[in-house]
Order: sequence, then structure tokens, then C-alpha cells
Amino acid sequence: MAAKATKPVMTDLKGQTLVTLRTLKEKNPAALSTYQSLGGYEQLKRIITEKVKATEIINQVKVSGLRGRGGAGFPTGLKWSFMPRYFDGTKYLVCNTDEGEPGTFKDRDIIRYNPHQLIEGMAIAAYTLGARVGYNYIHGEIWQDYQTFEAALAEAREAGFIGENLFGTGFSFDLYAVHGYGAYICGEETALIESIEGNKGQPRFKPPFPASYGVFGKPTNVNNTESYTSIPWILQHGGQAFADLGVPNSGGSKIFSVSGHVEKPGNYEIKMGTPFADLLAMAGGVWKGRKLKAVIPGGPSTAVLPADKIMSATMDYDGLSKAGSSLGAGSMIVMDDTTCMVKALKRLSYFFYEESCGQCTPCREGTGWVYRVIKRIVDGQGRMEDLDLLTDVCNNISGRTICALGDAAATPVLSFIKHFRPEFEYYIQHGKSMIDGK
Amino acid sequence: MLEIEIDGKLVEVEHGSTIIDAADKLGIPIPRFCYHPKLSVAANCRMCLVQVEKFAKPLPACATPIADGMKIFTRSKATVEAQQSVMEFLLINHPLDCPICDQGGECELQDIAVAYGANASRYAEEKRVVVNKNIGPLINTDMTRCIQCTRCVRFLKEIGGMQELGMVGRGEHAEITAYVDKSVNSELSGNIIDLCPVGALTSKPFRYTARSWELVRRPSIAPHDGLGSHIEVHVKDNKVMRVLPREKESINECWLSDRDRFSYEGLNSPDRLKVPMIKHNGAWVETDWKTALEFAAGQLKDIVNHHGKDALGVLVSPNSTMEEGYLAKKLAEGLGCGNIDYRLRQTDFRMDGKRVGTPWMGCNIDDLGKLDRILVIGSNLRNEHPLLAQRFRKAVDNGAELSIVSPLDNNPLMPVAHKVIVRPSDMVNVLGQILKAMSGLQRLSLCLPPSLNQWLEGIEVRENTQAMAESLAGMGKDVDLVAPRVGIFVGTLALTDPRFTELYSLAEAIGGICGAKGGILPSAANSTGMHMMGVMPTSPTGMHARAMLEVPRKSYLLLNIEPELDCQHAALAKKAMAQAECVVALTAFKSTALDDADVLLPIAPFTETSGTFMSMEGRVQSFAAVTKPFGECRPGWKVLRVLGNTLGLPGFDFNSSEEIKNAIFGGDKPSNVVRRHLNNNLKELVEIQAKIPSAGLQRIGEVPQYESDPIVRRAASLQKTKYNIKPMARMCEALMKQLGVEQGDTVLVKQEKGSAVLQVRLDNHVAMGCVRVAASHEDTISLGDLMGDIEVEKITEDQAQFMRTAIMKALSE
Amino acid sequence: MLSAEAIKKIEYELTKYPPEKRQAAVMSALRIVQMERGWLSQESISEVAEYLGIPEIAAMEVATFYNMYDLEPVGKYKLTVCTNISCMLRGSDEIVSHLQDKLGIGFNEITPDGKFCLKEGECMGCCGGAPLLHVNNTDMREFMTPEKVDELLKELK
Ligand SMILES: Cc1cc2nc3c(=O)[nH]c(=O)nc-3n(C[C@H](O)[C@H](O)[C@H](O)COP(=O)(O)O)c2cc1C
Ligand code: SF4
Ligand code: FES
Repeated sequence: MAAKATKPVMTDLKGQTLVTLRTLKEKNPAALSTYQSLGGYEQLKRIITEKVKATEIINQVKVSGLRGRGGAGFPTGLKWSFMPRYFDGTKYLVCNTDEGEPGTFKDRDIIRYNPHQLIEGMAIAAYTLGARVGYNYIHGEIWQDYQTFEAALAEAREAGFIGENLFGTGFSFDLYAVHGYGAYICGEETALIESIEGNKGQPRFKPPFPASYGVFGKPTNVNNTESYTSIPWILQHGGQAFADLGVPNSGGSKIFSVSGHVEKPGNYEIKMGTPFADLLAMAGGVWKGRKLKAVIPGGPSTAVLPADKIMSATMDYDGLSKAGSSLGAGSMIVMDDTTCMVKALKRLSYFFYEESCGQCTPCREGTGWVYRVIKRIVDGQGRMEDLDLLTDVCNNISGRTICALGDAAATPVLSFIKHFRPEFEYYIQHGKSMIDGK
Repeated sequence: MLEIEIDGKLVEVEHGSTIIDAADKLGIPIPRFCYHPKLSVAANCRMCLVQVEKFAKPLPACATPIADGMKIFTRSKATVEAQQSVMEFLLINHPLDCPICDQGGECELQDIAVAYGANASRYAEEKRVVVNKNIGPLINTDMTRCIQCTRCVRFLKEIGGMQELGMVGRGEHAEITAYVDKSVNSELSGNIIDLCPVGALTSKPFRYTARSWELVRRPSIAPHDGLGSHIEVHVKDNKVMRVLPREKESINECWLSDRDRFSYEGLNSPDRLKVPMIKHNGAWVETDWKTALEFAAGQLKDIVNHHGKDALGVLVSPNSTMEEGYLAKKLAEGLGCGNIDYRLRQTDFRMDGKRVGTPWMGCNIDDLGKLDRILVIGSNLRNEHPLLAQRFRKAVDNGAELSIVSPLDNNPLMPVAHKVIVRPSDMVNVLGQILKAMSGLQRLSLCLPPSLNQWLEGIEVRENTQAMAESLAGMGKDVDLVAPRVGIFVGTLALTDPRFTELYSLAEAIGGICGAKGGILPSAANSTGMHMMGVMPTSPTGMHARAMLEVPRKSYLLLNIEPELDCQHAALAKKAMAQAECVVALTAFKSTALDDADVLLPIAPFTETSGTFMSMEGRVQSFAAVTKPFGECRPGWKVLRVLGNTLGLPGFDFNSSEEIKNAIFGGDKPSNVVRRHLNNNLKELVEIQAKIPSAGLQRIGEVPQYESDPIVRRAASLQKTKYNIKPMARMCEALMKQLGVEQGDTVLVKQEKGSAVLQVRLDNHVAMGCVRVAASHEDTISLGDLMGDIEVEKITEDQAQFMRTAIMKALSE
Repeated sequence: MLSAEAIKKIEYELTKYPPEKRQAAVMSALRIVQMERGWLSQESISEVAEYLGIPEIAAMEVATFYNMYDLEPVGKYKLTVCTNISCMLRGSDEIVSHLQDKLGIGFNEITPDGKFCLKEGECMGCCGGAPLLHVNNTDMREFMTPEKVDELLKELK
């Protein structure tokens, strides 16, 4: 049906702790046989045939310290406990593979190199939460990987790991791949649900949360790809073993996507709590022997950190929060000292302006306003008061929108101006960049 | 009850309310744009943000459910800052040219901006411009003004039943539009004008004709259907400029049908009759009131004296006021004549004298939304009762099951659980099946006349009628309801059917078994009132509306009607008027349909007179004139009164419509009288003619909603909508095949002695064996019964040409 | 008229949802028709809406909300270059100007021979391979350089 993924781009796995990408070291990582040779689907079989209690599984997940890998870092075990236990009708399970936040590209590697572990993780979640139907919503742009995943689903269905009456126990779980088609906002879980229903991806106001009103109005659990994919490992090795990989408050290992000005951009699955400096070294350091200027550590919705702040930070929730930003989805965008922060910000504000769904006033109107002002600055028409205006407009967007895209749009503006104000002032005064002189 | 604190005030609110509900009840103002109590909550404008204790971010009051102990601050610094910032965002792309905007002076954005906005805009970039849309003849758009609140989109989807507008594009480029260049066709479309908080959607007919502050607003009652919607008529310089809904939760809520909203254009039509006219040697001559009244009285008296009292026939429009109906009846009685009727579109009068009281809809309008099971018999709901249909939609949204038995399958824009679409004559059989299935389910032995019992015995219950019966009995897919609230309603298509008696009796029997509420859905503003006052044949020899045309009278008195457009049988009506010696017409309009009259007395339409309507739910509602009468025209009751005086009849000395109303209700409280009269039961079961007539084609002579009465017919903008249905021979594919015709073919349609040349049109909403030929149109005035046998014959263009001339000639003779 | 092939594919997508939720398949149905016809004309959108039994405007809302639907012709090959931050940092500007030079067109334009159309894209979730571009929404080309652009243009006949 679909093209099989070719060999992984990344072959240097030194220093990595492979949990969700554990098939990476194998020859044909995406194949069902490969995954099974590593003990794949055994956890699913065990819990279903032994009828392991849902509370027990949720408890393991809680112990593991797994926090949602989609960006918000909400404890997965706790989220699972919100799903109503008794409900007449279909409950749904949704996986969020819609990564479209600049710098984020980890989930793609999971579905193309280790799709079966995700399928097993979702099937376990379905069993635990009593969901009958699941959807994996995949970013529209990674079409080849969507096809890989559909092929893996067919394989799993054939092998009896999803579908009707699994292992003859009467438990059934149908899992389908569905795709987005070019809208970043659909990464937001309620927009994603709207999109599954065949609507525009406009986020819903919460409450009600998906756990009570999700896909087709039914109770739904939404998790990120990496979150689900961690589950089989957690059940195999125990929640504590997962927690022990990381540091307090940040269990496990996690994929960090490193992009931008490094020698070896790519995904690195490392233990939580690893110093940023080590990660940077794994990625071959700043490219062309240049100096580090700044890093956006969790995708543009997290605050940018100047070199000194990030160099002393560790890669975990508390570590990055202490440094003044957040872990987000673990998307490290590395910028060297030739980067003009004004121009970089212009591109980011354009992104949020372009991707705002248009539903609520502050985001729809505010993102356009912000982008136009920054563009005017870049075009040499800036005014000194623009910087305060930008700050003020962003504060007026933040916290007043239906979903977090409003806050996401404000964060880069506020943090760029905060940390690199002189660069902005120079640009306004001289009508050109302090960095590249253009 | 939950206890909360708003602005320091401790209050108790109901479980499940939102902050905005609570504040609204307390009269604490919270600004809003997207929120509307009748629509789903979108929470997208963010104008209603308020500070709530323990929450870092302000919360939208419209979407935030109250929790016990909540402390809400609607005027705190945090709240005001949040609201001001939202206002600033709303205005950056909004034109600030209120003086040239049609909404100026009644704009929610303008009002709230003044109250909650900042002084100067800090926005110095380019403003967005949005291309305008043409969404039809009723609504004007100025989309640059849109603030994307989506009220219009939600209204059409949720209340109108069909998503006709959408927000396309995204982000700042998001625009409200209909699909490509489609227009909005909802028969409730005008409501989005009221809902739009800015000047993006405004009334096309009203556009630029007046500024809101120049208008005087007066309350009235809508005159086109049996709902009795409350309206507010806006008047400038003694002219009706527009009509808006007046909120009345139990009737029209805050909505209005397009017919009630835009029909006012008919009031200002050039057809308005300005002065009395008398026909002199075949030509109309203007005259004064005294002459006209004396002439009319003289003629009427002559006829009665020469040809007997029964030589007169009085036909009264059911859209006339109670006062007019009452005096018309009194006049007929005074002349000793029993020929009077308001049931102009009825053919079957077999139930006359067998009713206990006045038939009505059998429940309150407000109850409809709470029904669990509904059976509608012979009604194209959206055409007959546009706004009432919405109540049924609400019930269905709440989980009710709707069953339909009808010859027409027009989409009611709500899910239909069961339907049987058959020829009108077969509807009787279908109801028989339901009755039989029903009695089986309830294990009841029915007390029915022997002939009926016998007939039922022989009936075979089909699968779909069994399902309908089960639905009405409360059985359901998931759960069975022990005591479902059932409503059974008989609509206009059944009311005009020659087998109305059968349909009605069976509906009543079915309703009896399942304990249903319900009754008839009369189509006019005052049908129920006319029945209660007995504006029907009075003496034992009195003739009903149909008989008066079948056996033509020497003279007619017409109240508010255009005979061939308002009567059941156009050809008979036309002929009867043509051969009469004297036709006295009280009318607001000049009309070719009144060419055969002898004297035209200009009377005031509802906006220019006071009067009373009684709605289908038995509500008696009086209204006052909102403007002075046009030209020389006079309130109908006054004209009838003076006519009575001129005729020298006793008891015609009323000085006001109030006095007449008192006489009607015998000085009692109207609701007391109404309560005594409304009753859908029959004194005795009427023998049912179960045998189904011949298998020939049947006409479905539906009256299109914008042809329903003389005012609407003249409302120019409504006539530009797609509901201006030119009569055609509409039929389903199977019938086309059977008749060997194709879409676009010209056919000769024959009914009794009359015929019409029409085009064939594919319409799969029409039951097999039926041809839908719209009535109340000049193209079909030589045809007969609205629901009757009909023949269709394919003809060539030459033949068509010949026939057209022949028909024209026959008509003018 | 939707092709038999397209209908087959849409029917497959419909199996993923409860039978009464036909609108859910609109995303894939539009995608399927676009892949077959190159772009989505108004007729195409109407046909999809009709097939699924949903209001046309609802299908239009979806078609206009998601970037990858093309509501205008896009030539034989639509090249969508990501210019977002990670790609920008690694020289997407150079890729864009090289493409514009080579093809003689700007963004949202089609070469006179109708072969190529250039689009600016948002993050495609593959930033590890920056700079990158997308051919006809399906074929991801990573680690682009001007040389690789030349090869690509040669490859696309
Ligand atoms: C604008 C926006 C974009 C988002 N994009 C993604 C995304 O691409 N992938 C993802 O998993 N979560 C994304 N999220 C977070 C989701 O809403 C949701 O929290 C997450 O999928 C839950 O899964 P988790 O608990 O496993 O992280 C986004 C949130 C916002 C506000
Ligand atoms: S047109 Fe009016 S009602 Fe509709 S979204 Fe715009 S502002 Fe709201
Ligand atoms: S009225 Fe509450 S958000 Fe619009």
C-alpha cells in the first residue's frame, strides 16, 4: 500500500537513551517483525489477556512521571484518570501527530521509524480508558510518513493487535490514521478534534474538556505521539524505571529536536536532566565554528534564551523553567551570532499571524497588528515607541484568547524584545540590522 | 442553587448558569457581541471577559459556568483593562465612519465602544478591506464592518436549520460569506440583520431610507400567519419604513419570519387604493365615500329585495380582524342572509355542525419545543408557518422524533424519523394504518363507527406506518418513553383537501389513543378567531364558501380578498364574480382580480387600523393603528359600520374597535370566552369514506408563502426571492417517465373545464401520482381545486400558443 | 462527477467514522479530489459536498482553512518551500531566490509553460532536514542546496 521508510537519517546514536525510538538501531526499524523482536506488543497482550486493572496501569503511568510531550507537560497518568469510567457509547482516543510548531519534528520520526510502538501504546491506552475507536491525526505535510503509518496499521490489524476481539478477549479497538492539511492550529487538541470531525480547525472553549466532550461530543483522551509511545516501555520496565531515567518532576528520556545553526541537526533522545551543553555537543556544536547567540528551547511558543542562560540549563521541565523559559515540545532552535533577532522575530510573528485561526478577537487582530509593526521596523520605518506598543499589544493578547496560540504568539515578541532590546533599538534608529548591516 | 458574589453582591443562581446569565438576571451589564441567549456559545469575541477570583486570566462570562462561591468582578481594573483591549482590537480593522453606516445609531459596536473603549486608536497600520457579497434581495452586506462574531452563521445553522453562511479563510483573512455567489434562502433570513451587532448585515429594502432616530416605533401584531408574532413597526412621515420583531418568548421569541418582516413593502405598493371607485359603463371612476357607500348599499338592498336574501354571498378573508369579521357577519345577518364564510381555501365542509367548538392547534406554541413525538399530517411546514417550523426543529434538536405524512417531501431542515409521502387520497389509508398499528400497540379496542371498524380490519399495516405508530407510542432506539409528550398536527395541505374530514377524524382517533396534544395549523392570522365568532354559514340554508361559488350568487360582498387568488377554486371564483350583478369589494388594493367588481371601498390594512387577531393557540391580541390611513381609505370596521347604517340595519353604532371587541366577547375577559370555545372534538364521529377514488393524477395546489395574501403579493423584495414560485407542472422523475415528458416540456394542464399551459419541472419532493401546480397566481387562475384531479398532456409550442390565447379569451369573457 | 477511483478512496475514508458523520471525511475527500485533478475548483468542492451530503459552504470553509488545498491551478509541479525559522536559519532564502531565478517566477506564480508553481510554506515538521521543500504536497525534499534544486528541476519532467 505504501512506501516503507528508508534508512534513518541519523545513525550516530551515541549518548542517546532510546525509549520511543528504540527500533532506531535496527536494520528495518519500522517493520512489525523488528518491533516484535524487541518485545513489541507483549505488554499489550499481557494486560489484555491477564485483564490487568485499569487503575493499576494508570498508577504505573503516574509513577513513571511521564508528562505530556505535546508541549504543555501535563502529567499523563493524571490526564488518564479524568476519563469517565462508565459511559454508554463510544469513547475515543486521539493521538496528536500534528507537529507544526517550528523546530519540532520528533513525532515524525516515531511514526516512520517506530510506528508499532505508538500503535501498541495507543492500544494499551484504549484498553485502559475503555476507548473503542482511536485516531492518529498526522500533519498533512509529511505525506510519506502518513503512508508508512497507514501501512503499519494494516500490518498490526492483520496481526491481530488492533481491530475486533483482540486476543480472543472480546476487547476491540479500531485505530485509524487521519491527516491534517496545512494548519498549525490543529495541533491544539480541540482544534484537532474539530478537524477530525471535518470542520475548520477552530479550538473549542474549555471547559468542557475533551475527557467529557471530545470527538463527536464523546469522551476523548488526547495525547501526543511521544507520550503514547512511551507507554509500552513503561509497562515493560515499570513506571519507576522510567522515572529513574530522568530527574524529579521530569521522568524518562525525551526526544529533543535540534535545528538551526548546529553541525548535526536532528532528533536526540536523551535522559531528562541532561545539560544543554551535552546536547549541543551531540549535535556537533554550533556550526561553522561560530559562537552561540541564543536558543529557543521548546519551539517559538517558548521564550528565547540568550547563550549564557541556556548554556547553564538542564534539559528538563524545571531546568528550563529556572532558566526563564520552558521545555515545550523539546524543540531546540539554535541561533549563532550572525542571526539578526529582529528579522528572526519578523518571521516568527508572520507565522503566528498566518496561522491564527481567526476565531477570537485578540489573536485574529493582535497577530496582524504585531506582524505589521515588526515588518515596518524591518522595512526601516520603525519608531521608538513601537517597542512599548508591541509589548503592550502582546500583553493584551496573552491570556485573553480561546486557546494558547495567543500566548504562543506573544511569547517570542516579549522575550526577543526583553533579551535583545538594543538590537531592536539599533534597527529602529538606523533603519538596518546591527548584525548583518542590511 | 449556588451562592456567588458579583461586584460584592451576594446572590443565588441556578445550577448550570453561566456568569453572563447570572449578571443578566441581576441587571449587571456585561458587554458582549458573539453571545446570544438563543444561539450556541462561541466565546469568540472576548468582549465579555471578567475577572474572577482565583483565576490568573480573565474569563469569558458567556461561557464560564458558575461554580459555588465564585467571586466575580465586572468593573475591576483587570476586567476593564481586558475589555478595553478587546475593544481596541475590534476597532483596529473596523471602519470608523458611523455617520455613513446604515447601522449608525443602533449599532452594538458603537454603543459598547463609547462605554468600554479607549479614546484614541494606537493602530497606525493599514486597515483590512473585505470584498462585499451579494446574498440576495433582502439583506445588504458591508463585510468590511464584520467583526466575525459568527452570530449570523450560527443562526442559520441552528435556528434556520441549514448552514447557508460560513466563515471561510482563516486568521485575519476570515470572511463571512455564502457559498460562492449563492444567496441566503432561509425563510427566516432577516433575523441575521437583527443579530448582526454591526452594520455588516442590514436590510436591503430599508437601506438608506431613514436613520434610526427618525423612526417612530409602534407595536403591532403580524398579519400573515396564525402565529400572532409580535412586531414593532417603524414609521417615518406616516409611512411604514420597516418591521422588526418585538420579543415575545412564548410566541415568536425574538425572531420573525421574512414574510412578516418584509411584507410591509406591500403596504406602500402603488396598487394601494386611494379613493372609493365605482364602475361606470365598464370603466372605473373615482368617487367620494358618501356616493360609494350609498351606491353599494343601494345595490345590495336591490339584489336582496329582488332575488331574495340568499342572493348575496359574503366572503371574508381570514386575515381580517375579528372586528371586521364580526361586523361582516352582522351585516349578512341584518340582511337576512346566511351565506358567509371565511374558509376560502377549504373544500370539505362535511364536519360543519359536528364540532363541539372551535378547532385550534391544541396546545401552546411554546409547548412544541418540548414534545417528544410529533406527527405532522399534510403540511409543508416551512412554507405554511415559517417560524413555527423552527419550534418543531427545536424539539427535534432536543431529541424528539418527527413523523410526516404528506404529499410533499420538502426538506423541513430537521431530521425526519419517519415519513410517508403519498397522494393526498392515500393519506387516509396511511393514517388508517397508523391507527390500526397504534391500537394494536396499546391493546385497545376502539370505539369507532362500524364502517370504520370494518375498513380498518381490511387494512394492512406496512413497515413504515408500524414504525411511526411505535414512535408515537414512545418506543425508541435507545430507550422507550413511558409517557411521551406527543403532538399531532394537521396542516394546510390536509385542511384544503377534499378528504379533510377523514384525515381529521383519523388524526383525532390516533391522538386519542396516544394521548396526544394537537389539532390543526390554520394558515391565516385570524382563522381561529373567525371560527369562534361563527363567520360561517349561519342559517340552515346558509352556503359555505365553496357553495357560494359553485352556485353563483347575484351579488357578493368581499372583505379583503382577491377572489381568484384567495379562493380554493380560482376558476369558479372568477366566473362567479364575472356573472354577479353586483360585487362590493372592501379592499386595500386595486387589483385585476377585482375587475369584475362594481364598487371598490378602500379599507385600511392592519397598520392603519386598530383591531384584534386570534392566533392558532387561541391568543387574542389587539393592536392599534401605527400610521394614519393612506389616502381616503378607512378602517374596515368603520366602513362596515357605515354600510350597516346606510342599509338602515340596527346595531351598527360602534364608535371604536374596542366597542366591537367588547360586543364580540360579551363584555367578558377574552381568554375566558376563548377557553370555553376552543375544542377540537367532534360531537359525533363522522362516517368515513374509506374508498379511495380513481387512480388519476392529483393536483397539489400549494399556495407559495409569498402569495398567501394581498399584502405579501405586493411586497417587491419578497417577490425577488427564490420563493417567488412561478407555477409549473412539478412532478417526480417516475411520473415524468410515466407521462413521457421531460423537464422543460410544455404541457397543457387541465382541471375540470379550465386549463393552463405550463412547463414541466422535475421535483422529486412530489409524491408519485401528483402534480404540484402552485395556486394564487395569474397563470393558474383558470384551474380548479387546489387539491383535485388533474390531467397533463404534452403539447407542441404551436399548440401552446393557441391554447394560451384561447385561455386568455375564455378568461376575459 | 467524481471518478470511480476517487469514490472508492472516499468510501475507504468513510469507514473510519460513524456512518452518520459523513462530514468527517471531508478533509480526505477534498485531498483525494485535489490529488486527482491538481487543484480544487468550485465544482470540485461542490461535488465533494454533494457526495458527502453536507452544505457546500461547510466544505468551502474547510477548503479555505487549510493551506495545502489549492483553490487555483498550481501547474504540474507545485514547489512549496518552507521559510520558517529553522529553514530560514539554514538558508531557505537562498533556495527561494535560486528557484525564483531559475524559474523566473515569484511566489504564487506559475511558469508560462504551466509546469511549476512556487509557494511559500509554513513549518512542515521536518526542520531537522532544513532547508527543505515539498513537491505537490507529497514529496519531501530535505537538506536542499542550490545544486540539489537544479537536480530536482531536471528530474521533474
Ligand atoms: C497552538 C498550539 C499548538 C499545539 N501543537 C501541538 C502539536 O503539534 N503536537 C502536540 O502533541 N501538541 C500540541 N499542542 C498541545 C495540545 O493541545 C495538547 O496539549 C497535547 O496534544 C496533549 O498531549 P500530551 O498531554 O501528551 O502532551 C499544541 C497546543 C497549542 C495551543
Ligand atoms: S456579519 Fe455580523 S453577525 Fe455575521 S459574523 Fe459578521 S458581525 Fe457577526
Ligand atoms: S460574548 Fe463572551 S466571548 Fe463574545
